[in-house]
Amino acid sequence: MVKITLQFIPYGEIAHLSSYQRVKKILELVSENKILLIQGKLDPEEEADLIQETMKQISKKSKFKGIELASIVPKSKNLSFLQALKENIARALVGSDRDVFTIIGPATIVREIRKDPTKLELLLRK
Amino acid sequence: MMNFLDFLANLFGGIFGNKKPIKLGFYGPPNTGKTTLANRICKDWTGEELGKVSKIPHETREVQAKEKVEIKFNNKKAIFKIIDTPGIATKIDYEDFLRYGLSVKEAKKRAREATKGVIEAIKWLDDMDAVIVVLDSTKNPYTQVNITIIGNLVARKIPVLIAANKIDLKGANVKKIEAAFPEFKVVGLSAKEGHNLEEFYASLFELIRKKKK
Repeated sequence: MVKITLQFIPYGEIAHLSSYQRVKKILELVSENKILLIQGKLDPEEEADLIQETMKQISKKSKFKGIELASIVPKSKNLSFLQALKENIARALVGSDRDVFTIIGPATIVREIRKDPTKLELLLRK
Repeated sequence: MMNFLDFLANLFGGIFGNKKPIKLGFYGPPNTGKTTLANRICKDWTGEELGKVSKIPHETREVQAKEKVEIKFNNKKAIFKIIDTPGIATKIDYEDFLRYGLSVKEAKKRAREATKGVIEAIKWLDDMDAVIVVLDSTKNPYTQVNITIIGNLVARKIPVLIAANKIDLKGANVKKIEAAFPEFKVVGLSAKEGHNLEEFYASLFELIRKKKK
């Protein structure tokens, strides 16, 4: 039997953190082989920071292979890419980006996250 | 923000007709054909290629550039610095390289260099005047890496042109990329076969009109 931990991180748990602390916390939890379901979304620059820190961790830890991530925007919103980006930035500024969810998992467990406008599939490794 | 040296370079460059080249970056996930497209452009206009290409992902592990590439198209002319960057990924596993015939030692070295390459590519984002995001038109465009790259360019107000590469391959779907990123100009092309480069160059000159001053 394979046990997989899915950890929910409510918005309030990371909202007060700086970008650096947020990225650090996410990577610490993912390194413990947890799949995170985060209420909210990182902004594009934080995502880039997360990728850079992930690369540094891969170099440092031989068992860490990286991450898979995807954000889910409620279907009813159906915003275009730029509208969604602008809305995310605006809502991040006012601290109300709570109806978007982000899934982040270790690449050693999550092989792929397939995303299209209507669904999201997690493909796990055996 | 433009510093004093940039200001002087622009001022005297303008006066003596020696304008600074437009820094044109090539970004995208690994193995989408960034180097193949950069090579095609450099070969067309300078006679020399820029970098080595390979079927093994993460062949480009350092940022590589070709200075002063003068492109002339439809009575327009511009000088570019072509900057090819390593593919951006969220994961790198040396074991993935083993199936391409690399030894464990070679694969680990490649993985180590590839992680540094991703970090370097992201650092270079701030230096670009305009960017070609090269996507593989046979692959699903709705990936977080694509969204992160384009999101970062938009946040930095860097003009973006999407090159939907590999249209010569079965399963290519340019319309899916257009549907994923409807606010951006998408040009379907084959860098390897040289298909549809006319439209690409026309779109490139449109793109640089929007570049940051």
